[in-house]
Amino acid sequence: MRAPGGEGGSSGPDPGPAASDGTPGSWDEARDPGLQPERTRLAWRRTTLAFTVAAVLAARQVVSTDHGGLDAWGTVAVGLGVLLWVGFIWAAHRRIGVLGSSAHPSSLPTRMALTAAGCTMLLAVFALSMFF
Amino acid sequence: MSDFRRSLRLWFAPQRVREEGTTPDYRFSLANERTFLAWLRTALALIGGGFAVDQFLPDLRWGVRAGLAFGLLGAGVLCALRAVNHWVRCERAMRRGEDLPVSRFPTVVSLVVAVVAVAMIVIVFLGWEGDW
Repeated sequence: MRAPGGEGGSSGPDPGPAASDGTPGSWDEARDPGLQPERTRLAWRRTTLAFTVAAVLAARQVVSTDHGGLDAWGTVAVGLGVLLWVGFIWAAHRRIGVLGSSAHPSSLPTRMALTAAGCTMLLAVFALSMFF
Repeated sequence: MSDFRRSLRLWFAPQRVREEGTTPDYRFSLANERTFLAWLRTALALIGGGFAVDQFLPDLRWGVRAGLAFGLLGAGVLCALRAVNHWVRCERAMRRGEDLPVSRFPTVVSLVVAVVAVAMIVIVFLGWEGDW
């Protein structure tokens, strides 16, 4: 699992700690000084927190008196919002589990990326529907 | 545009990403994943801002308030879409050993945010918020 296209190093992050011990190309498989899986796990965690804030604002929007309080549509809207939130948290936690279980985790499945972005977009669509 | 169509096909046939090229170093995939999550958080912040404009600026005229909120929510949807698209394109480029795709999207988002910020400064300093 070596870095692709190493010549010139024009793309991607630094390929490794080779310079530190003066032997270029030697890569200790067990040691990852970049803590990449952990950083990625924390990025997912931050994103779930951001989603939670947006979802709480959405819930506040639905129950605010400006929009007539919690009527039948409001109850359905809150239910949909909770569903989106659970969908996002579920995807994030599955990914966090993968990232935590392996030193060299596999790349993000496209379905999971679509789920995360889809939940985000539906939250915005849901917000737009609140204006009418 | 045909490039966009190819990306769109990959969204809905995720296994096809894996059929091409070779698996890149896991650190590059994880870096791509973190970039995706950072864009998703940007989208969530814009969506949260859309909710906040509607809830915390009740003195604005409905038209102005809805316009600001729609703009922010629309930008949030675009950011989320772009997050997935850019992630897929980077993933494919890394598998094929090509250069990573470039994009003017960050510039556009920066300019939009700057224009909105200047507009808000003008509104606050000229004390217009009560008149709207």
